[in-house]
Amino acid sequence: MHNEPTPQPGLDKAALVSALQAVLPAGRVLHREEELRPYECDGLSAYRQRPLVVCLADNVDEVQSVLRLSQEWNIPIVARGAGTGLSGGALPLENGILLSLARMKRILDIDPLNRTARVEPGVRNLAISQAAACHGLYYAPDPSSQIACTIGGNVAENSGGVHCLKYGLTVHNILGLKVLTAAGELLEIGGQAPDAPGYDLLALLTGSEGLLGIVVEITVRLLPRPEQVEVMLAAFASIGDAASAVGDIIAAGIVPAGLEFMDNAAIRAAEDYAHAGYPREAAAILLCELDGNEEETATQIEEVEQIFRRHQATRVTCAAGEEEKQRLWAGRKAAFPAVGRISPDYYCMDGTIPRHRLPEVLTQIARWSEEYGLPVANVFHAGDGNLHPLILYDANRPGELERVEAFGGRILELCVQVGGTITGEHGVGMEKLDQMCVQFGAHELAQFHLIKDAFDPAGLLNPGKAVPTLHRCAEYGAMHVHGGKLPFPNLERF
Amino acid sequence: MSDLSEALQARVAEAIAQKTPLSIEGGGSKAFHGRPSEGAPLPVAGHRGVINYAPTELMITARCGTPLSEIEALLAEHGQMLPFEPPHFGPGATLGGAVACGLSGPRRPWSGAVRDFVLGIRCINGKGEILHFGGEVVKNVAGFDASRLMTGALGTLGVILDVSLKTLPRPRAERTLAFAMDAARAIEQLNRWCASPLPLSAASHDGERLCIRLSGAPAAVEAAARRLGGEHLPDGERHWAEVREHRHAFFQEDAPLWRLAVAPATPPLPISGEWFMEWDGGQRWLKTAMQAGIVREIAARHGGHATLFRGGDRTGQVFHPLPPAMAGIHKRLKLAFDPHGIFNRGRLYPDL
Repeated sequence: MHNEPTPQPGLDKAALVSALQAVLPAGRVLHREEELRPYECDGLSAYRQRPLVVCLADNVDEVQSVLRLSQEWNIPIVARGAGTGLSGGALPLENGILLSLARMKRILDIDPLNRTARVEPGVRNLAISQAAACHGLYYAPDPSSQIACTIGGNVAENSGGVHCLKYGLTVHNILGLKVLTAAGELLEIGGQAPDAPGYDLLALLTGSEGLLGIVVEITVRLLPRPEQVEVMLAAFASIGDAASAVGDIIAAGIVPAGLEFMDNAAIRAAEDYAHAGYPREAAAILLCELDGNEEETATQIEEVEQIFRRHQATRVTCAAGEEEKQRLWAGRKAAFPAVGRISPDYYCMDGTIPRHRLPEVLTQIARWSEEYGLPVANVFHAGDGNLHPLILYDANRPGELERVEAFGGRILELCVQVGGTITGEHGVGMEKLDQMCVQFGAHELAQFHLIKDAFDPAGLLNPGKAVPTLHRCAEYGAMHVHGGKLPFPNLERF
Repeated sequence: MSDLSEALQARVAEAIAQKTPLSIEGGGSKAFHGRPSEGAPLPVAGHRGVINYAPTELMITARCGTPLSEIEALLAEHGQMLPFEPPHFGPGATLGGAVACGLSGPRRPWSGAVRDFVLGIRCINGKGEILHFGGEVVKNVAGFDASRLMTGALGTLGVILDVSLKTLPRPRAERTLAFAMDAARAIEQLNRWCASPLPLSAASHDGERLCIRLSGAPAAVEAAARRLGGEHLPDGERHWAEVREHRHAFFQEDAPLWRLAVAPATPPLPISGEWFMEWDGGQRWLKTAMQAGIVREIAARHGGHATLFRGGDRTGQVFHPLPPAMAGIHKRLKLAFDPHGIFNRGRLYPDL
């Protein structure tokens, strides 16, 4: 398999640096130890690796030149935006080029009548909405890192966010891409016109984690800002009540713009940090955002309130003004840093499950939390069943990170068992390669490798990420022997 | 209700062994779509039945041969719908055909296309392996998105066995409004409305009259209708069904029918013929005797593409030809899924 990176013993780094310097302006090839350090990890800082060299590209021609050199020298390339990813997708390779696209941050065009924006990959997610605001338009996907994360990274990861319950993931909100293949060929995929001819490469490239091409331009769909946005908070004395209220809201035919869940540990951490006015004693809270025109939200608030009451909500409030809305959201948005304050380290998981399995999965996580002696705070997108258990730990305690990874691995495998998936929005990256072996059988993984080959036969784009080799899966399987049988590759699906 | 996965897999294995191409057949309602494909028929309509429908999960999984009408009736019982409103184009329309053809109906610009609702696909690839991509949950980024890749691929990458789709609640109220205006004004007005928070869910323009549909809570639809004015069309539902199914008077002639996809706000295009606009202006039907090359060139000049949807010469390029780099990727992807060239040879492009 091509995607295990092979070190190149005889590589002349100095010669490579000069070759790169010949195609990039001065100061945009970083190769000294201290220059490389800022690039050694992305948002998953437990994984660190310094690249051989960092290239800072400013335009399509420069990306193309770096790609050509990578082919010539047979050196892998890892593309990087803002480095906020949470699965190690932008983790550098020891013998690879780290290609930063952060300088490519021009907004090329905003077309208010066609409701699109054409942007370079390094444009920050939030910057698009800011630029479109004067037309009453915005870009819907809003990952929690939207102040910093780039749209190119969002495309690579198919990022979600709080509002994707109603407005979809990145794949539902982009219309066109310009992509350079490993060989430096420019593909123009889709655009302002719907339903591009041929295969849906737009969908295939979205979420492909930098393995199939390097995105150099994106056309996104802009939506009109909703007339009215309402935020409700409901507190519950049991996690089960909160979970079943979630199911009933959906069953009632209401699709909230966002529906977020926090358990007691998360509530306390967020409240201490952000003073959002959350009830500290509640077992769980739900934050529900409803949007639409005034008449629509008024009807929905009433119905949602009734559902909360029916599920024994101990408190239901609807934010009275803009300030209170912001405050209620501030607690949720600060949940991760808030948890970071109460624990030296935390590990964020990202499985998705069918909504009706929420109560049993949360119960099982709580049981394992005791078994491993590792506290867990739960903050997640309840509306679409996308869990984010945060496992609290201290990396300085020997063996603790390993225990966390084992615990996390079991959570992801449980997600697969109940009919869900190992990653809802953070991507596989470097982190969840082993769990990919649980989610997919040998035939699917082989098909993924063939797709990769179709775009990148030499295997130079972000090799070793996102799709495990069959060899790796066999080894991982061997570590999980049940009843004397290897679960892999004999078992196709489970 | 029957699961023919194994029988179909055996049939594919046989075709691989004998190196004979197969032409996948569902209900036959969209046999006109695309180019004629070579190969012995592989009937899949018998592989049918709903496997899992969980209304509170907004998700349904069914076998490819399940009639669309059966799925829609089941969803309607639970107040839900397929939000992409797939055209049937005949009584036999199946789920597999709707997904393989990738055609979406009136609600598409506001709710999304078929591919936006595909959560997972089980399929047989050209090596005779049964593969399962995606799943039954909305948020899922594990592995390449092969299920969306197969959506609209016209069966050229494999046999779709089962599909999981996201469903949505049906709007509680809908209303259709009509406005007399010419095409140029209609396109601009419609796109202005699209850029403001109105509960739009469909639009059509027949050359003289712009029709729009509003969907949502009764009070919301009422308020928007008051704001927009226009004439209330009492049989709105029938209008949208006729447009979707091409039963509308515009589609009744035998002239070659083109489908142009363009940036929605593109002003009327300078191609002589009869036009019918849909969606937010992004989908435009054209009856013309103009040469394919001219139609395509003008569509492309406006950032769009043109498909010879019905009639005309179907042995040439029916879909908009791909530039060389894109054509190369298509060929390699076809080989990656179907190395022996078994499935629906030529249906999409002559060399796929």
